[in-house]
Amino acid sequence: MIPAAAESALDVAGAVRRGERTARSVTETALEMIAAREPELHAFLHVAADEARAAADSIDDALRAGRDPGPLAGVPVALKDNLCTRGIPTTCASKILEGWRPPYDATVVVRLRDAGAVVVGKTNLDEFAMGSSTENSCQGPTCHPMDPTRVPGGSSGGSAAAVGAGLVPLALGSDTGGSVRQPAALCGTVGMKPTYGLVSRYGLVAFASSLDQIGPLAGSVADAALLLEVIAGHDPLDSTSLDHPVPQVSRSIDAGVDRMRVGLVDELVDDTAPDVARRIREAAEELAQAGALVEEVAVPEMRLGLSAYYLIAPAEASSNLARYDGVRYGLRVEAPDVAAMNTATRTAGFGPEVKRRIMLGTYALSAGYYDAYYGKAQRARTLIVRAFDRAYERFDVLLGATAPSTAFAIGERTADPLAMYMSDVCTIPSNLAGHPAMSVPFGTGDDGLPVGVQILAPALGEERMFQVAAALERAAGARWR
Amino acid sequence: MSVDGGAPGGTAPRGGAPGGTAPRGGAPGGTAWETVVGLEVHCELKTRTKLFCSCKNAFGDEPNTNVCPVCLGLPGSLPVLNAFAVELAMRIGTALHCEVRPSIFHRKNYFYPDMPKDYQISQYDEPINVGGWLELPDATRVGIVRAHIEEDTGKTTHQGESGRIHAAEYALVDYNRAGVPLVEIVSEPDLRSAAQARLYVTELRAVLVATGASDGRMEEGSLRVDANVSVRRLGDGAYGTRCEVKNLNSLRSLGRAIEYEAARQVALLEATGIVAQETRHWDENAGRTVPLRSKEEAFDYRYFPEPDLVPLAPDAEWQARAAGAIGLLPAERRARLSTLLGAAPTTQQAEQVRVVVSQGLDDLVVAAAAGGAPADLVLVRAANELASDLDAALSLDPGAFGALVAMEARGALTATQSKAVLVELLTAGGGDPAAIAAAKGFEALSESSLADAVRDVVEAHPDEWERFMAGEAKLAGFFTGQVMRATQGKADGKAIAAELRRLRERDGPDPTDHGGRGDRDDHGGRGDRDNHGGRGDGGDRTGMERAGEDV
Repeated sequence: MIPAAAESALDVAGAVRRGERTARSVTETALEMIAAREPELHAFLHVAADEARAAADSIDDALRAGRDPGPLAGVPVALKDNLCTRGIPTTCASKILEGWRPPYDATVVVRLRDAGAVVVGKTNLDEFAMGSSTENSCQGPTCHPMDPTRVPGGSSGGSAAAVGAGLVPLALGSDTGGSVRQPAALCGTVGMKPTYGLVSRYGLVAFASSLDQIGPLAGSVADAALLLEVIAGHDPLDSTSLDHPVPQVSRSIDAGVDRMRVGLVDELVDDTAPDVARRIREAAEELAQAGALVEEVAVPEMRLGLSAYYLIAPAEASSNLARYDGVRYGLRVEAPDVAAMNTATRTAGFGPEVKRRIMLGTYALSAGYYDAYYGKAQRARTLIVRAFDRAYERFDVLLGATAPSTAFAIGERTADPLAMYMSDVCTIPSNLAGHPAMSVPFGTGDDGLPVGVQILAPALGEERMFQVAAALERAAGARWR
Repeated sequence: MSVDGGAPGGTAPRGGAPGGTAPRGGAPGGTAWETVVGLEVHCELKTRTKLFCSCKNAFGDEPNTNVCPVCLGLPGSLPVLNAFAVELAMRIGTALHCEVRPSIFHRKNYFYPDMPKDYQISQYDEPINVGGWLELPDATRVGIVRAHIEEDTGKTTHQGESGRIHAAEYALVDYNRAGVPLVEIVSEPDLRSAAQARLYVTELRAVLVATGASDGRMEEGSLRVDANVSVRRLGDGAYGTRCEVKNLNSLRSLGRAIEYEAARQVALLEATGIVAQETRHWDENAGRTVPLRSKEEAFDYRYFPEPDLVPLAPDAEWQARAAGAIGLLPAERRARLSTLLGAAPTTQQAEQVRVVVSQGLDDLVVAAAAGGAPADLVLVRAANELASDLDAALSLDPGAFGALVAMEARGALTATQSKAVLVELLTAGGGDPAAIAAAKGFEALSESSLADAVRDVVEAHPDEWERFMAGEAKLAGFFTGQVMRATQGKADGKAIAAELRRLRERDGPDPTDHGGRGDRDDHGGRGDRDNHGGRGDGGDRTGMERAGEDV
């Protein structure tokens, strides 16, 4: 079932830099594969073929002129459609942003271009990144690359499906409550959420600002490391951006896990389906085999995460999404006065899940309710951070499942928002704490669909996290190839 | 000022509205009403760029030219705080004796088309400056609750609102102002009249200009004022229900709106006993306030900490640097002039000091006095002769000005001659006062010539002299006029008065019970005007003597 992995980004960039292949030919191949698979997958909202060819040609020109286009020379990259791309539509899969073309590139896009990457298109997502299945897209769902009746996860489902299907070696997603890691797990790819502030959010259309991080999706741990190193680093345009050296994750992936202290988190195993839980325990055993010191640990505060998240994230979203009022850009539904126009535009422009969260968030911030909801959620967040701090006194990294189940059927959870929200139960705590976490494929469930194992690390613990991820990737390769 | 129970007189701005701005009393109970005012002043900071982006902070540019993704609130954009705006805010806080403290930003959420993000980044319960005060020239100390940083909105211009051509109704929004840094300064309800509210804004404006934070241009919206107005029976401890009055774009609007609003509330209280808490809009043309929204319709702003910005905690060194960059504050400038006078200033001198400082002429006065000219006369000349041509006065050479006043002080020029020379100096921006005086043919009479002239006049008018000796003090004016005529104006009024006094003492017993009044009656009608600003009855004796110079 698992398709042959796409060429790795490292291989592509190496071949292009050595002059063995042109960026243009790599781009054409990617565009052909996208054209072939898109009718079934619907991973993309916009394929920027012309811009991609022009970018590839300029990379080839640079090479001919003796200049090095950078570590991602000629590598096709897909971007989640909530990342601003100058002149290329950026819709967040929402009717309210239909036709909007940003006048600027997100910082990560600038860094990708500067590294020689070729942006081939914008991928599907749950509207404004609110969802766990990519079904909340105004353009319709993306299908799982291995089973078109299943969801790819979400909200970065388009990016995960594109990488999982081998259409592109690399993609970017955004992770507010698990939106990179969960679809990566479901689609059998590597997906990673950096430490909050490690990657600039400038140009990422905000969902919940204190939780949002842009993260890489890739076919391998090494490719994810390469992409992270390109996009990470301080950005003066983002006040929450960390002024800290970029972790050298590529160099750490071969370091092994000998004497590494790994905590297998009870809550991230017990709260998952039996076939998933079994794989996670096997992963822990593999690490122990490789020399890690593995112990089980209970972190019960993690169970507060889901409730706290569904107050904090909607509260921030209710404010972040206020600007879509029909006045300056995007959709406008005419009405007799401004207030009526605002209402008509927002009624027509937002989908039901976005409206639900705007209402939740507005309520949580309202006078008289603030302390009981938003305030209390922030206190729960503090408890979670402290619980992590205690765990990291004993462990270098924590281990658990990325998602409670393998990919579920399209339509299975759309009628029950709470069931859908549960898809993020394993990933949310890291967002609330601002910590890095990543998902690595580790075998399949009873249904033959991928299972992801999640590695969690303290703030700026990316290097040890990638060490463990690479060890698990090697173990999985040895087990199933 | 009549029923406000506030500071004593002398606080009405020069040439401003008359006093008595508080609503009339005359309630059935007979107790007068007191106006209570607290002000919220929005001050645009004079930064080069906006609060959260590098767009130009400028007034009057072509609409929507100073904009970028950040100040347009485009999706994905993020704010980055302007450090200089923080520095100016700290200067303001320091100048207002606030505690400058670590702070955070909040989002204030409400929908408005000229607010690009549909929330305003502001400070809420942890502002940068808290708990200060501003002392007014009338010695009232007005409490400052807070002075916090926030971003300005864009500017909406409503078009075709005649109501006749429905299709023509639309609004234009200019986002050049969106994201311009503001400091909102919130006062305690310590003001007790429209006049005092104006005095507060005038003083605050001078403080803001002195800190370098503001250009003080109310007409360009650099300072915008909202007034919280309530009334209560004089002597009542509790405040009445307040209304917030918006759209006060000038000192005149501020004064009129407070007077109107206080009177409206008094009328309501006397008729129904109830004032509804609401936000009201000042209609400048109609001269009245109209309801904007009631308490029930008030927005729920859903404040929460701005997640896109980090907490602001200026270290001691930065705070000290900001404090050190503040220029002399108006109160310090006034104190400096008062010190220069050498003795406690008279009421009249205090007013002259206030005028000179408010017009920025105090540096000139200090410099001129430093050159040896007597400070009191320098002050009088600056307050009375320079205000009419302020632009010229501000570029006047202090050396030349001081030299002129010194000539007058030692009697080399009469007051009239001195003023004529000053006009020339102002026109030229400076020059040699002695040369100008000589060119005009001005020469003060020698002491003996003056004495001769006075004696001649006295001898020519024996009857009048008899009556003068008998106590008819107003005849001093007659003699002065005669001496002036005889000397073609070259005599000095003060010197004539002194000579008359000397002759009178020589010729008979000094009628001391009339002497003081004599000067006053004599000069009140004529000499007063220059020095008293029309308030001839307000000064004390020292002031009257000073007035005598101007005869």
